[in-house]
Amino acid sequence: MVNLKINGQEVSVPEGYTILDAAREVGINIPTLCYLKDINQIGACRMCLVEVKGARALQAACVYPVAEGIEVFTNSEKARNARRTTLELILSNHERKCLTCIRNRNCELQSLAEELGVDNIRFEGENTKYEIDDESTSLVRDNSKCILCRRCIAACDNQGISVISCVNRGFSTEVAASFGKSMSEVGCIYCGQCIVSCPVGALYEKNDIPKVQRAIDNPEKHVVVQTAPAVRAALGEEFGLPMGTPVTGKMVAALRRLGFDKVFDTDTAADVTIMEEGTEFIERFTKQEKLPLITSCSPGWVKYCEHYYPEFIDNLSSAKSPMEIFGAIIKSYYAEKSGIDKENIYSVAIMPCTSKKFEAARPEHSSSGSQDIDASLTTRELARMIKQAGINFAELPDEEFDQPFGMATGAGVIFGTTGGVMEAAIRTVYEILEKKPLDDLNVTAVRGLDGIKEAALKIAGKDVKVAVAHGTKNASILLDKVKAGEHYDFIEIMACPGGCINGGGQPVVDSKTRAKVNFKAERAKALYSEDEASTLRKSHENPYVQALYKEYFGEPCSHKAHELLHTHYTKRSKY
Amino acid sequence: MEKKTMPAFKGTKEQEEQLKAVIESHKGQEGAAIPVLHKAQEIYGYLPIEVQTMIAEGLNVPLAEIYGIVTFYTQFSLYPKGQYQISVCLGTACYVKGSGDILEKIKERLNIDVGQCTADGRFSIDATRCIGACGLAPVLTVNEDVYGRLTVDDVDGIFAKYE
Repeated sequence: MVNLKINGQEVSVPEGYTILDAAREVGINIPTLCYLKDINQIGACRMCLVEVKGARALQAACVYPVAEGIEVFTNSEKARNARRTTLELILSNHERKCLTCIRNRNCELQSLAEELGVDNIRFEGENTKYEIDDESTSLVRDNSKCILCRRCIAACDNQGISVISCVNRGFSTEVAASFGKSMSEVGCIYCGQCIVSCPVGALYEKNDIPKVQRAIDNPEKHVVVQTAPAVRAALGEEFGLPMGTPVTGKMVAALRRLGFDKVFDTDTAADVTIMEEGTEFIERFTKQEKLPLITSCSPGWVKYCEHYYPEFIDNLSSAKSPMEIFGAIIKSYYAEKSGIDKENIYSVAIMPCTSKKFEAARPEHSSSGSQDIDASLTTRELARMIKQAGINFAELPDEEFDQPFGMATGAGVIFGTTGGVMEAAIRTVYEILEKKPLDDLNVTAVRGLDGIKEAALKIAGKDVKVAVAHGTKNASILLDKVKAGEHYDFIEIMACPGGCINGGGQPVVDSKTRAKVNFKAERAKALYSEDEASTLRKSHENPYVQALYKEYFGEPCSHKAHELLHTHYTKRSKY
Repeated sequence: MEKKTMPAFKGTKEQEEQLKAVIESHKGQEGAAIPVLHKAQEIYGYLPIEVQTMIAEGLNVPLAEIYGIVTFYTQFSLYPKGQYQISVCLGTACYVKGSGDILEKIKERLNIDVGQCTADGRFSIDATRCIGACGLAPVLTVNEDVYGRLTVDDVDGIFAKYE
């Protein structure tokens, strides 16, 4: 333990702590801007300057390791003045259009200006002008709001992708891709981890609310919506509910009040994914070919594979993601069964994800004749729609999904967190091969937030080796192991650290909250509790899925299933 | 987004071999990017996307990081030098005598920025520090030719000699 004094108060903290950590331990708040726990710790923004007795100059608390006997003053006149001047300088080149900003009232810069009592910005002058990059399907970058904190660069590096960095110098410095390219022209996978790391409104998703609203307002259109599992685990945060509160019922009620004609659960399609992917696994495992089978639910991961590991394209499961499986079923089976012309169906998906917008726009996802998914909105976009419609979310009653696609098993629910797809697949594959029930449905070896998780299973007398990776950097470590000769039978990969619960379309968790709570674990708990509470926890036991196969597809991986529920992938350039 | 025009890349097989050898000799070293970029600029005269991509790939460093380094340091150039290299002196004496306006006029005429080269590869513009000809201020040079005591109106006449 190291003993030091902060503002005269004795503090004792473990070695390796920074002044910032130590101060937080005793409830002293030091303002930060570029610091983001586990992602960015570079002392660049100078907002956390403190006075250390005897030191030559003010020190950045986020990178200054504690030492025995030091005396720190976080609130001295010198520290306050320095911070305030720095903040005013940052604000002087920031486009201060807060009222119309996507991050209005949810902005760390705005909060700091309030906390530090900035009532005047002394530095006038010309602001740098930038072009907005909105060429991709998913991300928008507006550098006029950027404060050069580099959190997005660190988040992109943390994913092992690094398509953005700081370019030029001095006043001309900006965060950009190489050679002035748009995000649509580089190896960006649209995971959106940059968005959820941004303290201000410089990064956000492509706004698809207007087209969805137009469809809802058009009486000719039958507007169907599906919601991914991770959405219900985080949507409540946008309305002030405690982190980790599952809000499934309120979300369904809100969607009905927004005017969607049918509210379905993507989890039902997740159960179908397990039937298709599980069958595909059994086929490949029996023939011992194209192993490891790698999951294909995460569009960020799929795009990553196409750009950076095209040699694994044959290993990707050809089964579409739950969102696209649903999209295809809605415009085929559902349209026929309910007697609605598929041309009049408008299919919306609410996803925790920005890459899903790209997936929805893929030309190969049009097995119904037109685009299977017409619009994919993020959790944040749904929250905005709910707010704009004047719906009092917290007071909504709990309502049920519409049938026949509102019934899902616990297996479909846990898709939203890392390890969930693998666990769901194991529950089904085991019972199909063993022809007897699995004793313990909780496959804990693949749960949790370790970057790479492995398990060796014994199914029907055979050894099955599985692995789970989340975050594309971990994926690359795992794939390099496979390339070096390590054998796995089945691999689950999710592009975002923690899986979909921490997707790039989820509510933004600010730096202060991230320092206090493990938001990934909290959101994951919401999903595991829903799984635990389900009467049916295995995909193959879903009666609606059973009926779907009986009435329409015949068997998993049948000819018809292949036509509608499977896809193919394209090698893409890294640069 | 606006894209800058750039003369076509004309790297030879020999140049590529040279660069590969340089990359090989620095592989695995920490901070290898800067020395490799120096050598690459010696080999090619500038650092276009083709060269930066080879370096990124060879050193296993993200292209965005390489590009960040190249745009940070002024001695690295993204553009080749033109057949006629125009250098406008922005030293103190030349600057107070109006070389800034002359530079602006040249930029406007060629429609390129300082450090860039026209798409046909004929002209490039550099802004230099004092070249020691303050008595002739404001001064510019085109390759080895020196032009002094200039006004903005002289610019067209100078171009007439090279076009």
